[in-house]
Amino acid sequence: MTAILESYSQLAIYSAMAVYTLAFIAFTLDLAKRTSAVQVVAAVPAVRVGVLTRAGGTATLEREPEVAAPVVPPTPRSSPFERVAFSLTVVAWLLHVAGTVLRGVAAHRVPWANMFEFSLTASAIIVTVFIFVQLWQNLRFLGAYITGFALIVLGVGTVNFYVPVVPLPPALQSYWLVIHVFVATLGTAFFAIAGGLSIAQLMQVRREAGKFAAVKFMATLPTAERLENLAYRVVLVGFVFWTFTLIAGSIWAEHAWGRYWGWDTKEVWTFIIWTIFAGYIHARATRGWRGTRSAWLSLIGFGAVMFNFTIVNLFFKGLHSYSGL
Amino acid sequence: MSRPSDHFDSPAPAPRSEINQPKLGIVGYLRFFWRQLTSMRVALLLLLLLAIAAVPGSLFPQRAADPNGVVQYFSANPTSAPILDKFQLFDVYTSIWFSAIYLLLFISLIGCVVPRATHHYKALRSRPPRTPVHLERLASFAAYDLPAGETDAAGNPFTPASVVEAARAVLRKSRYRVQLFDGRELSVSAERGYARETGNLVFHIAMIGILIAVGVGGSIGYTGQKVVVVGQAFVNVRSAFDSFNPGRLFTDDFLQPYRLVLNSFSATYEEKNLNAIGEATDYTADMTSYGPDGKGVKQVLKVNYPLEIGGNQIYLLGNGYAPKVTVKDSAGKVVFTDSVPCLPQDANLTSVCIIKVPDAVKQLGMVGFFYPTASNLSTGALASVHPALGNPTLTLRVYQGDLGINKGVPKSVYALNTDGMKEIVGPDVSTHSIDLTPGKTATLPGGNGTITFDNVSPPSTKANDLTKSVPRYVSLDIHSDPTQGWVLFFAICVVAGLLTSLFIPRRRVWVKVIERADGGLRLEYAGLARGEDPGLEAAVADLARRHSRQLGLKLSS
Ligand code: HEM
Repeated sequence: MTAILESYSQLAIYSAMAVYTLAFIAFTLDLAKRTSAVQVVAAVPAVRVGVLTRAGGTATLEREPEVAAPVVPPTPRSSPFERVAFSLTVVAWLLHVAGTVLRGVAAHRVPWANMFEFSLTASAIIVTVFIFVQLWQNLRFLGAYITGFALIVLGVGTVNFYVPVVPLPPALQSYWLVIHVFVATLGTAFFAIAGGLSIAQLMQVRREAGKFAAVKFMATLPTAERLENLAYRVVLVGFVFWTFTLIAGSIWAEHAWGRYWGWDTKEVWTFIIWTIFAGYIHARATRGWRGTRSAWLSLIGFGAVMFNFTIVNLFFKGLHSYSGL
Repeated sequence: MSRPSDHFDSPAPAPRSEINQPKLGIVGYLRFFWRQLTSMRVALLLLLLLAIAAVPGSLFPQRAADPNGVVQYFSANPTSAPILDKFQLFDVYTSIWFSAIYLLLFISLIGCVVPRATHHYKALRSRPPRTPVHLERLASFAAYDLPAGETDAAGNPFTPASVVEAARAVLRKSRYRVQLFDGRELSVSAERGYARETGNLVFHIAMIGILIAVGVGGSIGYTGQKVVVVGQAFVNVRSAFDSFNPGRLFTDDFLQPYRLVLNSFSATYEEKNLNAIGEATDYTADMTSYGPDGKGVKQVLKVNYPLEIGGNQIYLLGNGYAPKVTVKDSAGKVVFTDSVPCLPQDANLTSVCIIKVPDAVKQLGMVGFFYPTASNLSTGALASVHPALGNPTLTLRVYQGDLGINKGVPKSVYALNTDGMKEIVGPDVSTHSIDLTPGKTATLPGGNGTITFDNVSPPSTKANDLTKSVPRYVSLDIHSDPTQGWVLFFAICVVAGLLTSLFIPRRRVWVKVIERADGGLRLEYAGLARGEDPGLEAAVADLARRHSRQLGLKLSS
């Protein structure tokens, strides 16, 4: 039974990868297409004054016609490529989630107990957050970044980290595995999206300075300042999850190893990441550190998250030897 | 705001001319350094520095976490290791430089938080500030004209007082703290989100709390290790520990009396999943604890589920086999009989056993390998192929001479120094090895008597069932960390403070009523963010909408 479920899981994951590839191509085409649709940004009107008049039985508040409408950042109409790309992403995501859940069912536990499963789950959650964050803000311009990222994680995961289903060693038999790792992954997803926004911000800064004129699609993206604000808000959510990860991890460490903090390599890196993002939040409040500098901090932070997940898991010695390899 | 002067929200510094700087006295310099230390920029740099300083601790083995790793590093890199050690790279987290960074950071933190806390305390008790004269200069602004002669639902004409009163009611309902001002125009000034600053202060103060709690806990707590073989007991006195690391302020009075007996230990290994045969799936230790009243209480100890006894937490950290060995001298007198805990070397519990027999006529030392399920490799060497007792085998090399334990220098029970000893069984002498299975006895060469690998199976066991023939042991970690609860408390404060400070917007809004020359009224709405506030624009628009509704007007645009 386990073997059959596992093969279904793998089939779903491979299919998801195929569809992600198509989505990635479509997102890239969308960005390329955007070059032609560069439009002018509306100027900011000075003061808005409305007027109150009586209409029928009720007095109605009406805006004076000669005053400009409120400033809404220009939202370019989505191109057909973008719509196709997003639909493909949702299809791939469904397959991806199905494959990940099946892996969990096959193993009779949560599917995040070794590097392979962690790759499946982490990339699935990153795409989940990407899809649902659209309800809040249209961030589809990050589609190529996110699907490309998910493809790399899934590719490396299935090729380099694959292990068959094995039971959990006693040290991992704890509900803290469920909580701690899941929240860490959520945090990672938000940091990943913030990383994409910060990259876009850095490119936008260069374009706004006239240095990057060749990359025309950047003109269809929000301004650097807006990208920075978005990145900041996404990092904040990630930071809260990461703080919780740190605390939940300490509680688990206390149960499993008898101390809540022992500077184990994995703990060290979790701490480093937390400190970098605390620095990022400070940078945003420090004169002279807003803008490009804080964007670099966000990227360094996300780089540390990736380092923690890959290099530290694979090559650093420590108590967290759960790569399963 | 009493935030550091280089905070983004603080007013920009006045340009200073370098030439006319007055000379700073000592006090001036101190004040200058204090100002620097408590600035946002230095706090930020210290945070980043702390992140960087933590990195080497993950690159080099650390004495506190991995003492064996340090020993190995020294023998692998005999030239570079002492130099690295000079820079405290094997004790990064207690090093002078790491401590200096975090202590500076926390001094900076205190210097930053104290003035902010006093300032905030005053702000909490004061009223919202006077309405600015030019609201239209603020970032979020909206204005509406109410023509002369309009009446409210009851037919009364609108007056500045009634309009402002309505605004006050709306703001009150939205939990703003409000204040009416009657200057040139009638206006209401409102502020909300004090909890943002409160949360921020709670967050930063809780960080200080964590540091103090960790520091105190480390100096009055202790950690100790103890190996207990099935059937044996641990008594909570200092001399009973195999190793004991007390904090600086620890005294033996902190140890509470109790005794803990290991009744049995069971390990379960995977048998069905072909990818994981022999992998451990469960370890359970059945124990009985005896408090000062002498009453026994049954306890179950598992990985991830520590016991709480006498202010201690007791953890199941490791386990292994402790073969029982009896050595008799040539006259048949027992000179040694004990269960010897052996250190596991791999997942199939191939284990190294060190046996020291100090009471023989000539002292004996043995280095053994224990294989729970021994199997011959193609090379002829033995290996264990399963961690359970399938074919338990003990092989021994034996040395004779001075064990070096009479000089009173403490020696590790897990290491044998063979410098002053002569090999009597081993590859270099005529008897290559002694191989024993449970219940078997071998003769030691040179008239040194015999050695028996005792079978400890219960009497009712069938003769060919060896699954209980070798005792198991557990290694316990025994901790006392009296401030652990405090650390958790502050950690919860950190999260709570973080959530409030990051997601509650702090803003001021104003509603002003201006009487126009034609007798109509002009309603002005404006908002000002304090700190990050992406929703300010929407909040001002919402205020205008709710205010007009309160006035009995409907908003259409
Ligand atoms: C242990 C060191 C520190 C850590 C981990 C830390 C972390 C943080 C975090 C996570 C935030 C954002 C959450 C919030 O607003 O509550 C924050 C905000 C802030 N921190 Fe710190 N901090 C530290 C030290 C300091 C120091 C030394 C100062 C003063 C120089 C400082 C001043 C501030 C200020 C003013 C804010 C508000 C930022 C804003 O207005 O958005 N912090 N800090």
